[in-house]
Amino acid sequence: MIVIGELINGMYKSVTRAITNKDARHIQRLAADQVKSGAAILDLNAGPYSEKPIDDMKWLVETVQGVVSVPLSIDSARIDVMEAAMKIASNRVVINSTNADDDRMAAIFALVKRHGAQVIGVATDKDGVPDSKEKRVELAAKIISKASEFGIPMEDLYLDPIAMPVNVAQGQGVQVMESIRDFRALCEPALNTVMGLSNVSQGAKKHRDLINMTFLAMAMANGLTAVILNPLDQELMDALIAAEIILNKAVYCDSFLDAYRKRR
Amino acid sequence: MAIELVKERYNGQINTVLIGGESSRSCVRIGGETCLPFLFDEGKMPCPPVVAYEVLDCRPRDWTEHLIEPYGDVIDDPVKWAKMCVDAFGAQVLCVRLASMHPDYDDGDISRSLDILRKIADKAGVPLIVVGSGDDERDNDIMPKVSQALKGENCLLGLATQANYKTLTATCLADGHSIIADSPIDINIAKQVNILISDMGFDDKRIVMHPTTTSLGYGMEYVYSIMERARLAAFAGDKLLSMPFIVFVGQETWRTKEAREYGKTQGINWEITTAVSLIQAGANLIVMRHSDAANSVKRYINLLTPNQ
Repeated sequence: MIVIGELINGMYKSVTRAITNKDARHIQRLAADQVKSGAAILDLNAGPYSEKPIDDMKWLVETVQGVVSVPLSIDSARIDVMEAAMKIASNRVVINSTNADDDRMAAIFALVKRHGAQVIGVATDKDGVPDSKEKRVELAAKIISKASEFGIPMEDLYLDPIAMPVNVAQGQGVQVMESIRDFRALCEPALNTVMGLSNVSQGAKKHRDLINMTFLAMAMANGLTAVILNPLDQELMDALIAAEIILNKAVYCDSFLDAYRKRR
Repeated sequence: MAIELVKERYNGQINTVLIGGESSRSCVRIGGETCLPFLFDEGKMPCPPVVAYEVLDCRPRDWTEHLIEPYGDVIDDPVKWAKMCVDAFGAQVLCVRLASMHPDYDDGDISRSLDILRKIADKAGVPLIVVGSGDDERDNDIMPKVSQALKGENCLLGLATQANYKTLTATCLADGHSIIADSPIDINIAKQVNILISDMGFDDKRIVMHPTTTSLGYGMEYVYSIMERARLAAFAGDKLLSMPFIVFVGQETWRTKEAREYGKTQGINWEITTAVSLIQAGANLIVMRHSDAANSVKRYINLLTPNQ
């Protein structure tokens, strides 16, 4: 399972404060802690209120690269922000993300191709989030087809079926699970699938951790291969590891949690 | 139409373990491969499997005539026996089994065995594997002494099991030896023993796994499947299963009636076939008993290894 750490995000007040004050230590600690806890990729998002999104993203990339060497996921709606980050990133980056709109895909895939990056394709379009599995699969197929047109290797594409909060769109859970399965049948070998996990429990007043954990295990059973989450949540990571063991993705031993954390 | 063979590519690599120290004229390396055995189109196998000759610290009691024959009179003298393996048969590594130490065998005096080990290290001049008597209580008493007597020789000492690993791990750690992690044909326990040993601060790159094997005709397919699964997990990146394998082919073979009771040729062939099967399963260090069988297996390894 590819874990993408979500904590360096301007949606968190402490991160916004660190960006504003150029508090590198705070960001670097978050980066190092997430990698230590199992993140293979770190998501960077300067936040919706950033006044200088290009400068802030560049500062985040440089700051994080000062302490960890994992690939970075550049999480921004703006293409100029993505490009600025790609130019200074020491590793391949993951662009987070494009939807299935033709114009946006064309612009982002051209950039991805130029920089040899990876990219997350989210199964939404100008009409918003689909309410059915069928529509999600249709948009995923459109993303795959467009990425192929641009010569992007399929192993560099992650498909996101877009998880919806369970308290506002309860019926979407099943649609998302089935979408993961169907996305994986679109290509041979199957593409990576990814989702932002905490969205599932967004707005829930109680038991957010339980909702996230259960959703993750179910999504993994349906073939999810990457996830954006908080790797410092030890119970959540334990559930992820247990699911990997149950799905026979890692060899069991009595100390399987410890072994999984040490195996790489 | 030509058939194109599918070639697997892996990211993982088996650890390389070096055995041999101050008294060794040359050291041996095992492991380091990035592919299943001899599939050179798929990866590298920088260290071909190595045959180790087994020597006991006393005259063997249960060895057949055929097995004793190549060693003649020196079988009564472990030091001469060891030297003969090196000088006459070209052994690169010796495996000394402290059989005399077992309470049901000779329940021998450790100072005699230590003297033998020290002389073998000095006179044979090759890297040593030393395994205890197989009795946990006795081994916990003698192995620290063995470890200390051979300090600086960078030996491979065994066996550490899930139920009894602490003493041997601590002593190997103190004296700079590598360790054999033993498991009963069980990949889950193999991984557990590795993590238990490494949790004591022992470098996991100095662990060699003994998966417990078998002889031809006694469940080889099962052993093969366990070893192959461990290998595939290692190549997929599981560091706790990325250790080289040691297998005790002689011990497994020469206890079977097929090897013991149907003449010399069949016995030797049984040991050869068991060895090559386990080499194909991924074995890196092959401990053998009959010198003719060991010779054949070395030729087999050379034949399959380019530029030898």
